[in-house]
Amino acid sequence: MVQHYSARFDASFAALSDATRRGVLEQLGRADASITELAAKFRMTLTGMKKHVGVLEQAGLVSTQKIGRVRTCRLGLRRLEEETEWIEKYRQLWAARFDALDNVVAELKHKEKIDARKNKK
Amino acid sequence: MIDRTKVERKSDLELVVTRIFDAPPRIVFEAWTRPELMKRWWVPKSCGMSLASCEMDVRAGGGYRLVYDLGDSKTMAFFGKYLEVNPPSRLVWTNEESAEGAVTTVTFEEKDGKTLLVMHERYPSKEALDQSIEGMEGGMPESFAQLDEFLANVGGK
Repeated sequence: MVQHYSARFDASFAALSDATRRGVLEQLGRADASITELAAKFRMTLTGMKKHVGVLEQAGLVSTQKIGRVRTCRLGLRRLEEETEWIEKYRQLWAARFDALDNVVAELKHKEKIDARKNKK
Repeated sequence: MIDRTKVERKSDLELVVTRIFDAPPRIVFEAWTRPELMKRWWVPKSCGMSLASCEMDVRAGGGYRLVYDLGDSKTMAFFGKYLEVNPPSRLVWTNEESAEGAVTTVTFEEKDGKTLLVMHERYPSKEALDQSIEGMEGGMPESFAQLDEFLANVGGK
């Protein structure tokens, strides 16, 4: 779990290390924009801008949605998806803990039985 | 195996985890309150960490401190204090590693010789729970706070 966050954390900082990408975030903070608009704004080729947006998307800082021929970029992941994903990760952590706890509990139960038998004698 | 561990977001402030254990509450409670037992299950191997230390003064007002070993000599501490300790049915503690940490309540209810365990985490505000969900939880709270700050500054909306 921590590894997952740590990977995401690294990706976020790598994404923020570039001035153009920080500019893109600032721009998207004001309004959603298409890749074409962003490319024009930052005087870049479409391919170049696609790469930058891809890095931001990987880091979970930007989400994109293609409608027709236009890919619109906005700040952040879509809430619901992120929440569902987080709850599942949280559940997996507790499921793993509780499976380990099952073993501890079984052992204690077993020990209690043996102790009870000993006490009878 | 079916998912025996259930998680539900009960409200803006609450998360609830439930699970049944095949032993009476006194045994399950013991596994939650003795550090040497806690150490054996709290950090499962699958999550790639281990516990460097585990100190628990299990009584109302007593403190606890769990230090995770993240490798590369990095550690991360979780700490707080117990608010209620009622063997074998109820444990309540605070999570103080962040300013808006949750209060965790665990109840152990007997059901035909088994234990229905309900763990309830209540955050002080919707924002605090949302923040956990956004991925700050469990990771590096301070560094993420910096990232948050940056995003809050660039994001005018």
